[in-house]
Amino acid sequence: MRRTPYFWLQLAFTLLVCSFLLVPVFMSIVAGLTENFFVGVKSGFTTRWIGVVWELYAPTIFRSMYIALATLAVTLVVGVPAAYVLAKRPGMATRLIEEFLVLPVAIPGLAIALALIITYGGFRDFRTSWGFILVGHVLYTLPFMVRSVLAVLSSFNFQVLEESAASLGAGFWRRFFGIVLPNARSGIVAGALTVVTLSIGEFNLTWMMHTPETMTLPVGLADSYASMRLEIGSAYTLVFFIMITPLLVALQRYGVQSTRTRKGA
Amino acid sequence: MNGKAGTAIRLVDCAKTFPNGTRALDKTSLEMRGGETIVFLGPSGCGKTTLLRVIAGLESPDEGGRVYFDDEDVTSQPIEHRNVGMVFQSYALFPNMNVGDNIAYGLKVHGVAPDKRARRVDEMLRMMQISELRERRITELSGGQRQRVALARAIAVQPRVLLLDEPLTALDALLRERLRIEIDVLLHSLGITAAYVTHDQGEAMAIGDRIAVMNKGAIVQTGSPREIYYKPASSFVADFIGTMNRVTGTLRGGALELPGGRIDWADQQGSGEMQVLFRPNDARIVEEAGAPLRGVVEQQFFLGDRTRLHVTGVADRTVVVETTEHREFRVGQSIGLRIEPGALLRLRD
Repeated sequence: MRRTPYFWLQLAFTLLVCSFLLVPVFMSIVAGLTENFFVGVKSGFTTRWIGVVWELYAPTIFRSMYIALATLAVTLVVGVPAAYVLAKRPGMATRLIEEFLVLPVAIPGLAIALALIITYGGFRDFRTSWGFILVGHVLYTLPFMVRSVLAVLSSFNFQVLEESAASLGAGFWRRFFGIVLPNARSGIVAGALTVVTLSIGEFNLTWMMHTPETMTLPVGLADSYASMRLEIGSAYTLVFFIMITPLLVALQRYGVQSTRTRKGA
Repeated sequence: MNGKAGTAIRLVDCAKTFPNGTRALDKTSLEMRGGETIVFLGPSGCGKTTLLRVIAGLESPDEGGRVYFDDEDVTSQPIEHRNVGMVFQSYALFPNMNVGDNIAYGLKVHGVAPDKRARRVDEMLRMMQISELRERRITELSGGQRQRVALARAIAVQPRVLLLDEPLTALDALLRERLRIEIDVLLHSLGITAAYVTHDQGEAMAIGDRIAVMNKGAIVQTGSPREIYYKPASSFVADFIGTMNRVTGTLRGGALELPGGRIDWADQQGSGEMQVLFRPNDARIVEEAGAPLRGVVEQQFFLGDRTRLHVTGVADRTVVVETTEHREFRVGQSIGLRIEPGALLRLRD
């Protein structure tokens, strides 16, 4: 097939846009691995800055990880049953509750954080514990879990599956864990990946809510940009990249997969 | 798994009102003999599925209604304790399990040992002639195969009663016919009590030992397919099952006079104008000369196994006549008809 000049024009434009987005990423990675960024790459490559980041900010990395996992645990325990109940009782009330659940996404994180501080700031121990950050993250990520599970539950008639399981003698818990959950798996996994990714990257809320003892990775990033050498901030970005990329890839792949199975079913 | 074939089922005063106030089922009492197949037949919204769900235990009847399995009052038992087999229009197979695991599910729930379970699954697969599908995923099956798996799964636990909710509606005509025969044979060879919901009168006639015709939340007539067909208790039943001619004539001197002639009807009491009904296949086509009724063919439809004629001039409106004769008719042709008085029906409503 002969390519028209129009094709080459389009290709050039696409590459231009891509490079516009990708070059800064690449530059940032290079900066994190360069001895001295102002001198340039000729100053040599090093992993020294990653070491410094590790020394200074390792706790924020681990904290971000366990807050993400705790957020996931809470959204699973709360969000999946919530989605189940919402799917089981469609109607006006259900729609309203669903909209309310999504509100935190629409409200600026800063405003939510302020509201939480005003309300719970008085409880000193709670205010200074990572549990306080957890509450913020759950509030922010829960809708994504509920929506994701709800979408899958609405895509097949799980009630008739439950009824047939019941006719075969299965009680509620057996039906819930043996029939409902396995068939909602794609939505639960997609929701879980979204929640973990959002929680690890969450800045808005966390920046407002954190104390020096409860600093997370993204807040640490801001801190390092503001007060450290450019190379350290860049190396820190690199660490963040390494953590978040596998999650994003998994999210992408699972998202594609689950839409495929749904089409096949 | 103490299920035995032939549990008798008794419903006493079972009504169902939904929380939003919709009355889906009026007070209904019904007895199903052990081993009998009863078909709930009616248009959509007539309450037939609700009735089935009350038997299943998926809906509880309103205050005062009772459900008995043999002599046991199961009204307050949830479905999971009633040991009923259910087959749904949408098959309701578990997509997260393969065919074998679907069939084994109920056995597993009932605590049947793995080796016994496997044997029973084999037996079911053989019975439904789907042994080669054992490892298949549900999404890889055709509609007919899915319904076979659903039947096998429901029967595997030896339920006390088998409840089928429009099991063939989602299938194409040819497959529907074949599975209908299979289900009929299956139900009778198992000797299981079965309730079968459908809106298809052909299906109801073929499968039911008895048919309960339903309309607007109530059973309007119960009887054998033959009784329902030839002795409908109301015009609703008459019109819902098959085609029924409805003509108006005048009873005079032991005969019913119609525009196209007369039908001798010596044993009929009374006189004056009256409405009567008859089935298309109860009007026989006879030699025109000396025929008691005469009419003109308005339209003809060749249906393969029979020919359907729309005939004018016989009565106050066009009547439908069916014949299995091989001859061809012309539009506009005059024909003679004979209707035996025994085929005529008078309805009170």
